[in-house]
Amino acid sequence: MTASRSITRFFAALLVLCLVGSILTLRRLDRLRASATLEEVLYLPSARVLRYLSFGYTGLMANLYWTRTVQYFGRRHGERAARFDLLPPLLQITTDLDPHLVVAYKYGSIFLAQEPPEGAGRPDLAVDFVEKGIRANPDDWQLYYHLGFVHFIERKDYIAASEAFRRGSEVPGAHPWMKVMAAAMAQFGGERETARRLWTYIHQSTEDQYIRANAVKRLRALEVDDAVPRLEERIRLYHQRTGLWPESWNQMIVDGFLRGIPLDPLGLPYKLMPGGRVEVQKPEDLPFIRHGLPQGLAPSLFAVPDKANADKAKEQEKQ
Amino acid sequence: MSARLASIAFNTFREAVRERVLYNLIFFALLITAASVLVGQISIGIERIVLVNLGLSAISLFGIVIAIFIGIGLVWKEMEKRTLYTLLARPVRRWEFIVGKFLGLVGTLVVNAALMAVGFFAALYYLVHAFDRSDLHLLAALYFIILQFIVVTALALLFSSFSSPLLSAVMAFALFFIGSFAEDLRAFAQMSEGAARWLTVAAAHLVPNFASLNVIAQVAHQQPVSADLMLANTLYALFYAGAALCGAVLIFERRNLK
Repeated sequence: MTASRSITRFFAALLVLCLVGSILTLRRLDRLRASATLEEVLYLPSARVLRYLSFGYTGLMANLYWTRTVQYFGRRHGERAARFDLLPPLLQITTDLDPHLVVAYKYGSIFLAQEPPEGAGRPDLAVDFVEKGIRANPDDWQLYYHLGFVHFIERKDYIAASEAFRRGSEVPGAHPWMKVMAAAMAQFGGERETARRLWTYIHQSTEDQYIRANAVKRLRALEVDDAVPRLEERIRLYHQRTGLWPESWNQMIVDGFLRGIPLDPLGLPYKLMPGGRVEVQKPEDLPFIRHGLPQGLAPSLFAVPDKANADKAKEQEKQ
Repeated sequence: MSARLASIAFNTFREAVRERVLYNLIFFALLITAASVLVGQISIGIERIVLVNLGLSAISLFGIVIAIFIGIGLVWKEMEKRTLYTLLARPVRRWEFIVGKFLGLVGTLVVNAALMAVGFFAALYYLVHAFDRSDLHLLAALYFIILQFIVVTALALLFSSFSSPLLSAVMAFALFFIGSFAEDLRAFAQMSEGAARWLTVAAAHLVPNFASLNVIAQVAHQQPVSADLMLANTLYALFYAGAALCGAVLIFERRNLK
């Protein structure tokens, strides 16, 4: 064996040894510095400082921070953590570095809004965060959708949700359902006049048969929601004056409390129930109504009222 | 053998000094003096943090730039000037040439870093008027910076053993940049699936991990550096530099110098 060949063999063996050694020590380093990436964030909490350090490559740095945000959220979520302390600053840094990183606002708002351990349980911060995204990207209708979603699902503020969907529906290119959502939220939140205006506009302007049919159902529901409380008020007045509950509409007509038998939007007479309550005859054909439902049925935002919704609503009330 | 290695190493050091490499110390002195005087006037409460971040980052970056620019020319220049043939005609083996060059450049960088460290501690003393126990952590950061130099020098030598200086510089800087985000790269690897996972895992293990060798931000906040980390980083840097150096030797051994 020549000296050159033995040197080659020696260094080749040493190379393999060193590579194996470096990989093994790297694994040890990974264990030692498991959360180092995120700890560094604490040391650099300012997007301005990071902007200088990135030498102008702020987009790249923002992508890196967004990835770190997702990793952090994923790790904490996996641990079923109750606190997500680094999530708000990470999201702020990411979007300060790149205010047009729309994906960060969309998913970030969901991360922030959901209750722990699904999220940070901070819908207030989620709202501020998406509003920040909207200021930077006013032409992105989906951000308004996410804002409305946070108001609707996490904050149960239907009026604010309606307003968010309405603002988004005015953005050029917005999905037609944004108007539908705005109207539905207003209706569910008790803003019947706003809802009626929006549904009427949708009915007149849409070319989508399904949306138009939905608008008709919504307008019918609004009609019921107007009529039933009015009728119940008349019945209470009857009770105050006579001391009796009316047994039929005819009785009220004869005594001058009504001009004719009240009909629902389907053309069917309302049912006069004991105790002065009024119900519709076919609630399954009048989805979205909030008044006039048979006892045991709860109002539903999207579906035909049913027993399951009623139980769920009762449970939520208890909580 | 050790005499030949020492001779090559010493000559490499002398050549680097002759090439006015240590002139960077003047820039460093100016930078650190200006920082220590000015930082108190433009910020509140973070004077020490800024000085430590700036000083240690400058020591690290200056050294890495020197390591790359001198390292990529170590083999190429000797071939270009034809001094390599004279050298190899003597009883000097090729691997001794590579290892000697490596030791010489690392020695230059250590001396350079040590002089900068003296200036840095002087500036820090001027700013805070007294040292405390937590300032010992700064030495750990300096030690890690020297480990960075060892890895970068080995990589520069590896590239210069088979490539042109320009290409070697580009590759070395690219690897330094990627290596600074090595921990993110490994996180990406964990998140990917299938063949992409294997590829990213392999890449993540081959790329030098400069991220774990950078504790500047940590010591700027007077956070301690664990003995475990020091040991693991030392082993890692030696293994990685050893692998790169072996690669350089193997390539150079087979290189046709005619």
